[in-house]
Amino acid sequence: MSAALAEAPPGTRVDYLNANYGIKSWLLTTDHKRIALLYLVSITLMFFVGGSMAVLMRIHLIDPAGGLVHPDTYNKLFTMHGIMMIFFFLIPSIPAVLGNFLVPMMIGAKDLAFPRINLLSWYLYIAGAALALTAMVSGGVDTGWTFYTPYSSTYANSQVMLTATGVFIAGFSSILTGLNFIVTIHKMRAPGMTWFRMPLFLWAMYATSIIQVLGTPVVAITLFLVGLERLFHVGIFDPAVGGDPILFQHLFWFYSHPAVYIMILPGMGVVSEIITCFSRKKIFGYNFVAFSSMAIAVISFLVWGHHMFVTGLSVYAALIFSVLSFMVAIPSAIKVFNWMATLYQGSISYDAPMLYALGFIGLFTMGGLTGLFLASLATDVHLNGTYFIVAHFHYIMVGGAVMAYLGGIHYWWPKITGRMYPDLWARLAAAIVFIGFNLTFFPQFMLGYLGMPRRYATYPAEFQVLNVMSSAGASILGLGYLIPLIYLIWSMRYGPIAPANPWRAKGLEWQTPSPPPTQNFEATPVVTESAYAYGPPGSEQEGAHD
Amino acid sequence: MSGRVHVVPVGVYVAVFLSLMVLTAATTGVAYLDLGTFDNIDLNTLAALTIAVAKMLLVVVFFMHVRHASSLTRLVIAAGFLWLVLLVAFTLTDVASRAPQPAGWGPATLAPSNASTPAPPAAP
Amino acid sequence: MTDAAATDAAEHPPYLAHHFTDIEQQNEAGTLGMWLFLVTEIMFFGGLFASYAIYRFEYFEGFREGSHLLKVQFGAINTAVLIGSSLTMALAVRCAQLGRRKALILFLILTMILGAAFLGVKWHFEWTTDYHEHLVPGMGFSHPGPNEAAIQLFFCFYFFMTGLHALHMVVGLGIMAVLLWMTSRGRFDHGYFAPVEISGLYWHFVDIVWIFLFPLLYLIGGRY
Repeated sequence: MSAALAEAPPGTRVDYLNANYGIKSWLLTTDHKRIALLYLVSITLMFFVGGSMAVLMRIHLIDPAGGLVHPDTYNKLFTMHGIMMIFFFLIPSIPAVLGNFLVPMMIGAKDLAFPRINLLSWYLYIAGAALALTAMVSGGVDTGWTFYTPYSSTYANSQVMLTATGVFIAGFSSILTGLNFIVTIHKMRAPGMTWFRMPLFLWAMYATSIIQVLGTPVVAITLFLVGLERLFHVGIFDPAVGGDPILFQHLFWFYSHPAVYIMILPGMGVVSEIITCFSRKKIFGYNFVAFSSMAIAVISFLVWGHHMFVTGLSVYAALIFSVLSFMVAIPSAIKVFNWMATLYQGSISYDAPMLYALGFIGLFTMGGLTGLFLASLATDVHLNGTYFIVAHFHYIMVGGAVMAYLGGIHYWWPKITGRMYPDLWARLAAAIVFIGFNLTFFPQFMLGYLGMPRRYATYPAEFQVLNVMSSAGASILGLGYLIPLIYLIWSMRYGPIAPANPWRAKGLEWQTPSPPPTQNFEATPVVTESAYAYGPPGSEQEGAHD
Repeated sequence: MSGRVHVVPVGVYVAVFLSLMVLTAATTGVAYLDLGTFDNIDLNTLAALTIAVAKMLLVVVFFMHVRHASSLTRLVIAAGFLWLVLLVAFTLTDVASRAPQPAGWGPATLAPSNASTPAPPAAP
Repeated sequence: MTDAAATDAAEHPPYLAHHFTDIEQQNEAGTLGMWLFLVTEIMFFGGLFASYAIYRFEYFEGFREGSHLLKVQFGAINTAVLIGSSLTMALAVRCAQLGRRKALILFLILTMILGAAFLGVKWHFEWTTDYHEHLVPGMGFSHPGPNEAAIQLFFCFYFFMTGLHALHMVVGLGIMAVLLWMTSRGRFDHGYFAPVEISGLYWHFVDIVWIFLFPLLYLIGGRY
């Protein structure tokens, strides 16, 4: 990646990309911006590995009898797709790429609190990913990403240990990232950067980090228990010796439900940044958005039982979890209202980041609303285990989180690389992603409602039309993801040089050159205005000079 | 360690140490007495946990200098314990409120070969 | 935890990392970071404590019987040993605060000795004996009786929890060794001793885990 600017003529300004050359300067870096790029490359690779699993599944599902792979292989495909996408793409994506790059810059600091721990977290991620990939090529795992016992702990004959170890290690990567962000945000804000002057992206990262720190250790110890059970042939979750498989599910979902908020909260932070910039308006209800991030972080820990409504949870516990699951939707809704109010009477421009952000708002809302169907006990009995669930979470994680990630990558691309991407291709790709996404997943709501089970390699012939539609959509969606991969890489060498603040946006990260120098700022910035201090409509206040 | 360094007198540390020893002896001794139950709460369990919490507080407040720590530190510690309580409490609401199982449910003895794995797992 | 600040060594002491504005910010960040890490440890052990609590609720009699098979005297001795090591650790931190290098070395060594003693008692008097009594699940466990499955479950948790705790002790001993090395090289004085303080927090936390493990494993269910 530094090769692009290695050919830059002498006398070019020194920035974090050309400050040092050579592989050691990248693999042993403690610069949060370089670490962010290391993550960017790694998670992009894992995204396409996980994506290729999805491609295989959708091709397989064109035929009701399942034409492509053996059912056991199909089980491995959906398992590995889930594991790759959740643990090795979505959870790190915005925090480890955009968060690592932007958190110090947005608060006016030179780096994160613990730069070497930041590098360690990347190496842990790589180690975990290496183990998971090894498991994938040496037999795969077929337990589902949820590792339900006693199948995973006792009866599965697949690479459970290897995969679980990989996820375990990657979990510590996540914990360290969160820990770093919390300390940085508490202790290293620039003079004048009070909590309520911070960009909302920081509030989102802070809330996400709290979840990472409090939740991830529990799934770590749970996978550890499964590993011990496989290794020593003892029965902790094995009913044959008095173990309780539901206990595994409690421990697993105690983390894995908040984990979905690890995946969406950063996306919400990105959307707040993009919406304000491309409406030329300050956010409506800053305090509400900030506090709703914190509320989501807290309440998200109290709802995990809604994944277990039909597996044997007591009905009294189910009632409690159901009520709390309705409540957790409220702060998310508050955010959507505030974004809409921000857009209202804003001076809106439809650059690629904005297209992704607008798509996010619509698709996340649909995904979130369908979550309420699932929070309701009666409807969940019908919909659980069907494609309705699959559609619900893909609307949030793909229509929401991935779109926000892509929007953020495009928004901050000039800052990260010093280059602009081709605008027309970017908008085209955003549109293709939106269309392809809806064509892929909307039919799945209908399939689920009609009763098609998830995780099945075959299905009744009457569901074929909807499945074919979904597979067609998947091909379009895949194309939509490939296009940015191509032009973003292209832009690093051939894209027009970007100014410091191409979007005329507010925020400390735009007050420094693109790409930034290693120490981020020539002098420690002093903050005197609130976030998103865009002028009233009509009186266009210029952003930072470049 | 924020701001001024507070050097705690040796005597305080020794006093805390002795208190911890006394509490350890107490909890061990109490275990040999049958305290019975009160309102369905096993008092032996309550005593043991109370003493453990007291010991923990002594270590946290004095040995770990939380006595002089910022409110942020205290909030972080409180959050940690609160979250553990949430995990246990919510899980217990399920386990404790399940319908009663038929008598004799669940294995009491292990199979003679101590094999709890009818299908031996592949290479772990 | 320290980086030499090459370009501004004149303004900053050598133990101040370049991305911090002053030593106070660095110390506060380090302490907060360690406390957050300890919170993750609370949740990490917490998963085991939660599982233990659930199973004890479900198999009260079996767990009681299993608990009676543990050797209280060694559990109690180890509790005392570990509390003693917390005392020596606290005193070590105090010596670091006062810049007393030799005393700091002494107390670090004492802490390590007590920690090693804990592990020795565990290994020799408890675990190997348990193994010979066929109480180690997965290694020839056998305890015929009406509660055999529950007792095996109890011992799963006993070994997992004390094993994980012992692993943390071993890591702690490693940290002490590093601190010893750093102290002997004169890296600490009364102006800079953050690593000692932070490592002390970790050590005390490991002590606290045992403070809960002892009654929960050895004493709950009563021994009357």
